[in-house]
Amino acid sequence: MTAVEEVPISPAGNPIGFGNMKRVEDQRFVRGQGNYVDDVNLPGMLHGAILRSPFAHAKINGIDTSAAEALPGVVAVLTGAALEAIPRPSLLGDNFAWMPTLSYDTQAVLATDKVRFQGQEVAFVIATDRYIAKDALELIEVDYEPLEPVMDAKRAMDADAPIIRDDKGQTDNSITDVHGDKTWESGNAIGTAEAIAAAEADPDCVVVTQEIMYPRVHPSPMETCASVAQMDKVTGQLTLWTTSQAPHAHRTVYAMVAGLPEHKIRVISPDVGGGFGNKVGVYPGYVLSILGTIVTGKPVKWVEDRNENLVSTSFARDYHMTGKIAATKEGKILAVDVDVLADHGAFNGVAQPTNYPAGFFHIFSGSYDYPNAHCKVTPVYTNKAPGGVAYACSFRITEAVYLIERMVDMLAAELEMDPAELRLKNLLRPEQFPYTSPTGWVYDSGQYELTMREAMRIAGYDELRKEQAEKRARGEYMGIGISFFTEGVGAGPRKDMDILGLGMADGIELRVHPTGKAVLRLSVQSQGQGHETSYAQIVAHELGIAPEDIEVVHGDTDQTPFGLGTYGSRSTPVSGAAAAVVSRKVKDKARLVAAAALECSPDDLEWELGRWKVKGDPERGKTIQEIALLSHGSLELPEGVEGHLEAMTVYNPPNLTYPYGCYICVVDVDPGTGQVKVRRFIAVDDCGTRINPMIVEGQVHGGLADGIGMALMELIAFDEDGNCLGGSFMDYLLPTAMECPDYELGETVTPSPHHPIGAKGVGESATVGSPPAVVNAVVDAISPFGVRHADMPLTPANVWRAIQGRPVRVDLAVE
Amino acid sequence: MQVTMNVNGESITRDVEPRKLLVHFIREDVELRGTHWGCDTSNCGACTLWVDGEAVKSCTVLAAQADGHDVRTVEGMETAAGLDPVQQGFIECHGLQCGFCTPGMMMTARWLLDHNPHPSEEEIREAISGQICRCTGYKNIVEAIQWAADHPATSEVNA
Repeated sequence: MTAVEEVPISPAGNPIGFGNMKRVEDQRFVRGQGNYVDDVNLPGMLHGAILRSPFAHAKINGIDTSAAEALPGVVAVLTGAALEAIPRPSLLGDNFAWMPTLSYDTQAVLATDKVRFQGQEVAFVIATDRYIAKDALELIEVDYEPLEPVMDAKRAMDADAPIIRDDKGQTDNSITDVHGDKTWESGNAIGTAEAIAAAEADPDCVVVTQEIMYPRVHPSPMETCASVAQMDKVTGQLTLWTTSQAPHAHRTVYAMVAGLPEHKIRVISPDVGGGFGNKVGVYPGYVLSILGTIVTGKPVKWVEDRNENLVSTSFARDYHMTGKIAATKEGKILAVDVDVLADHGAFNGVAQPTNYPAGFFHIFSGSYDYPNAHCKVTPVYTNKAPGGVAYACSFRITEAVYLIERMVDMLAAELEMDPAELRLKNLLRPEQFPYTSPTGWVYDSGQYELTMREAMRIAGYDELRKEQAEKRARGEYMGIGISFFTEGVGAGPRKDMDILGLGMADGIELRVHPTGKAVLRLSVQSQGQGHETSYAQIVAHELGIAPEDIEVVHGDTDQTPFGLGTYGSRSTPVSGAAAAVVSRKVKDKARLVAAAALECSPDDLEWELGRWKVKGDPERGKTIQEIALLSHGSLELPEGVEGHLEAMTVYNPPNLTYPYGCYICVVDVDPGTGQVKVRRFIAVDDCGTRINPMIVEGQVHGGLADGIGMALMELIAFDEDGNCLGGSFMDYLLPTAMECPDYELGETVTPSPHHPIGAKGVGESATVGSPPAVVNAVVDAISPFGVRHADMPLTPANVWRAIQGRPVRVDLAVE
Repeated sequence: MQVTMNVNGESITRDVEPRKLLVHFIREDVELRGTHWGCDTSNCGACTLWVDGEAVKSCTVLAAQADGHDVRTVEGMETAAGLDPVQQGFIECHGLQCGFCTPGMMMTARWLLDHNPHPSEEEIREAISGQICRCTGYKNIVEAIQWAADHPATSEVNA
């Protein structure tokens, strides 16, 4: 299926270019020598702990910290009132009690007037020991006056609903974005409405309408969020070791929040124990560790516990969607319309490009060819934790793919057509690329039918359908679920993509040392993606230097050029492109040096991997290592050519890259218990050129497990009083090895035409693409009971209720 | 109180609070930071190490309970002969990504292979079912353990 290029092998046995290569990082990790934030320990370091609100919505009448302050070992106790008293010399407010979010809203660092979600930060204890800090939390007396919590996004819209953001003078719970909009629309409203109305009136057409909930889930990286802050009072230098997917962006935000000079802030993100979007936001805990070191003059460490991670840091989804799909009875899709109520929690803290307040949700028209699509998203405040864009969602493409893939399956059921056949009828054709979608995206490349047929081949699709029919006849409930997804990843073109005004371009720097060994400095941040390996492979591919001779440096703002970091599958599309471009700059310069050394014109030289040689006289040439030494030596260089062999570049992507894939999930459902067993999972991804196929496949495996988890187990729900019901791993269920099958992967390779090496992002593809495959499979299995749709998570109880025909509201603990 | 335990073959004596968890003792007092903490509730297994040859979750054991016992951590896996086959298997099969769950996974894997040198896929999955990995989807962890089972002595492959 894919043409694997033969590449030379280095002395250490690594491919000098693309191909499977064992990871450089693993050598330290398997020895227990990783360096995560909680592994950072400094002399005299103090420990911080956060007191959190037990109420979802309550007025604070007073806080008594005297008993906590009297506890031996306690150095300081900070409250919202104390932070309000610290003047802040910045443009974003006049004190430290509030901070800006990544969506131009404000969020309390420590609550002042009210608490607005359960788990909100109320006080910060700094002590000599982490146990003492936790002890002191028990001694703080807070006088709360409980208020009615708003736990239901629909209730938040009611005229008589309690006002959550009275701090901003709001008179309702609507959210206004930086552009002044309260709803976010995309696509062709009139054309879509007309097409759906015409279909409703046409006996040869059908329209399917469905309310679909994508419930609140949590990324839950194995390492929780943490920071160690150290202020050197003499030099004014602040160093912050932190769990960050975007160290440079965080540094700029701290400069804005704290009013500290940016050149005096160094953010170090050492090894990060998983991110999945959980470590994009700037959390009060990080800010409190900074304030703690400023107040105490000592380094301050803050490590959240798992409960804190689950109840307070960035959640994902919480989208109430109503979809409408119109089609002819032959199965030609005509239009899709979506109305969304988006629950953003108590502070609008979503991390996404400014001009895309609903993220990239409006890519929901999916992988199909039809002219009319429209969506309207209405965001609201509720008394829940803030966040919204996380968990490998590609800026809400997860929600979009789930919506369209459920709607297409329901349409297939309505038409009594095989869902594979319906998709094949409507998939975009190769000759349509570059394809402009009804909501304005320009898909770069794809061979959709090829990919889908490959997935069906691996699955043995026709055989599976036969098996299903035989089993149904025996009263066994097997389901087959398909999803076909298209993502737009690699944000993004600076002209319209920024976060807090920071354009989403990424810098990179490559230096080749005199002996031909190289160091590559990245702005993006690995959280397990293996950048130290795959980026060396990109340089190796371009310059012919062995990967083991290339050191990749990342995660330290003092050592790397500026860039926006790793999330939204953007590393390879943006920084990976930068790595190729900067290598080509070095190669171009090497040509000039080689020409000077060979006393010929640069035009007389041609490149072979690792060497410039004279055309027609291949014996005469200079290797990149020889050129590196020459460029640092006394060779007379042409006018305008400086010595040394290094370059830097800032890559501004011309477009997103559009990875896609087809997933097929096979489940068995026990109708007596509602238990779902995922028996097989076939995933065929097309992410263009694969730099290190082993790493790509590993990321796909992880995403498939995410999808199984979200579809079947994971849920952050609340009771009517505002209590979070997913506050520990005993309640927030993550898939283990027992719930995951032995995945079957395939690939097609359709390079991105605008990416220098033809690669597309893939890190989130499986997390985005797999939940609808699982849900489609379960609904397919229980369709004989008349079930057309059931919301995630499809726990045994929820599947059983669906089989019984009982409605299920998954996001609230109410029947 | 004072506790003494044998950690990776070395006798360690420290004064600790009676309530101190073994995971914190190993990380902070013994300064072996390969054992990680992940959940507080014994669900994730990132803190798995051995006490007297049994794989246990050290977030639910007090340091005082390990007084007088043998503790083995990930730092004790590598010997003069090279990496343990389990460590090598994780490298060979891409059994890790962020690396945070890896030490605990490997300690359980070593325990499994010591008690069942040729486990089936199902037995491997069951053995690691008390541990959570968010990156790999488990497939390559299973294969890494199978690789270790197939290569009981692998010092010659160590690069």
